[in-house]
Amino acid sequence: MKSLLAQHHELSSTAKQMQLLDDVVQAGLIPSFQEKINEIGHYPLRPGAMEIFQLNMGKMCNQTCKHCHVDAGPDRSEIMSRETMELCLQALAETNIPIVDITGGAPELNSDFRWFVEECRKLGKKVMDRCNLTIILANKKYYDLPQFFAENQVEIVSSLPFYNADRTDRQRGVGVFDTSVKALKMLNEVGYGKENSELILNLVYNPTGAFLSSGQQVLEAQFKKVLLEEHGIEFNNLYAITNMPISRFLEYLVRSGNYESYLEKLVTAFNPSAIAGVMCRNTISIGWDGYIYDCDFNQMLDLKISNSTHQPMHIREFNLDYLNKRDIIISQHCFGCTAGAGSSCGGEVIKTSVEALMPV
Amino acid sequence: MKTYYNPDDLKKFGNISEFDKPLADKFFSWYGDVFAEGALTAREKSLIALAVSHAVQCPYCIDAYSEDTLAKGCTEEQMMEAVHVAAAIRGGASLVHATQMMNKAKELSM
Repeated sequence: MKSLLAQHHELSSTAKQMQLLDDVVQAGLIPSFQEKINEIGHYPLRPGAMEIFQLNMGKMCNQTCKHCHVDAGPDRSEIMSRETMELCLQALAETNIPIVDITGGAPELNSDFRWFVEECRKLGKKVMDRCNLTIILANKKYYDLPQFFAENQVEIVSSLPFYNADRTDRQRGVGVFDTSVKALKMLNEVGYGKENSELILNLVYNPTGAFLSSGQQVLEAQFKKVLLEEHGIEFNNLYAITNMPISRFLEYLVRSGNYESYLEKLVTAFNPSAIAGVMCRNTISIGWDGYIYDCDFNQMLDLKISNSTHQPMHIREFNLDYLNKRDIIISQHCFGCTAGAGSSCGGEVIKTSVEALMPV
Repeated sequence: MKTYYNPDDLKKFGNISEFDKPLADKFFSWYGDVFAEGALTAREKSLIALAVSHAVQCPYCIDAYSEDTLAKGCTEEQMMEAVHVAAAIRGGASLVHATQMMNKAKELSM
């Protein structure tokens, strides 16, 4: 499977994606996100204390998952340079932001990945790596990644869409589940996910289609039971997240005729209490080319934060005081982070079955 | 009305309170309690609801609980097994009445 960009698909254009997100509002099918949060006094959306410095090391990936909001894949060549990483380290050194969250693509494909992790550790930062698991077995040079992660106390956050091969492979590609299981065993062998270990291994579940997740705790229990009983795998936490209606998942929604009903579902499940915990309020996101965004999703929609002269802000002009006073850029995709229990770090709110039957 | 069932009507379920709010409020309150975590998990209850939806042949319920079971992490295999349970009970309910037929047939036969 090729990326949308390589297919020259019209939805590889962020302008086209934004237009689709606005069309449903113009057609009166859903309210705008701005209108919705204005009703509850949260517009303009403002940042809280910045805790996470997230950076995207590049769009290059060994997988081409059907829901990827980055449109990453083997045919993408965008990659963060060492010079940009040095600017990130300089920004990190000047602040007390405690966590560095590294994502991609497959960030480990960046030849400066290990150097950057070690430099972040020297600054005393906690490092999180969003590892797709299969990269560990993609080439011999990555086989020692589990040891490297352990030596640097890197917290691993790995996407595993489901606890069986069928549903995982449908979303991520044939054989991904079996390879992920092998990689998880390698991580367990060096101590990740084990009881009383400080090496944290978290899995990320996202629905394999046009529905929302329900009951993170129940899903976590199910994942833990099946992965332990059938594969001997242990992990710490399961994060249930919502698929964002952007990029490749948006293309799936449109192609399958689920687009409008999915947006309606997100709006129906809008949870005002999730606003406080959305990730754009405690995170800053740096693109592979050094431009600064409110979150990873805004990054993929090319919604750059502006500097004081209304130009796109680059990491070389990083200014925490300025960023703390900004208004966060929002659009209809933000309904994805406020649906149900919230999709970033909001507290869980149980959504009963009867609510699923209630009107919009 | 061109069809008896319209998928969009599922979203209007809450509107039944328009004609009788007190009874609708009681129903939805009770319904919410029924599906809350209890001695059975919400996941188990959702699979039961999916099976019953097929037994009572309610397209709205099949729509809602197909999605709800997926959302709760059930596999397609588990969902189909639940439907087979409903089908087995429905089939069995017919077949068990064959004993009445057999009784009557024997009663009337030489």
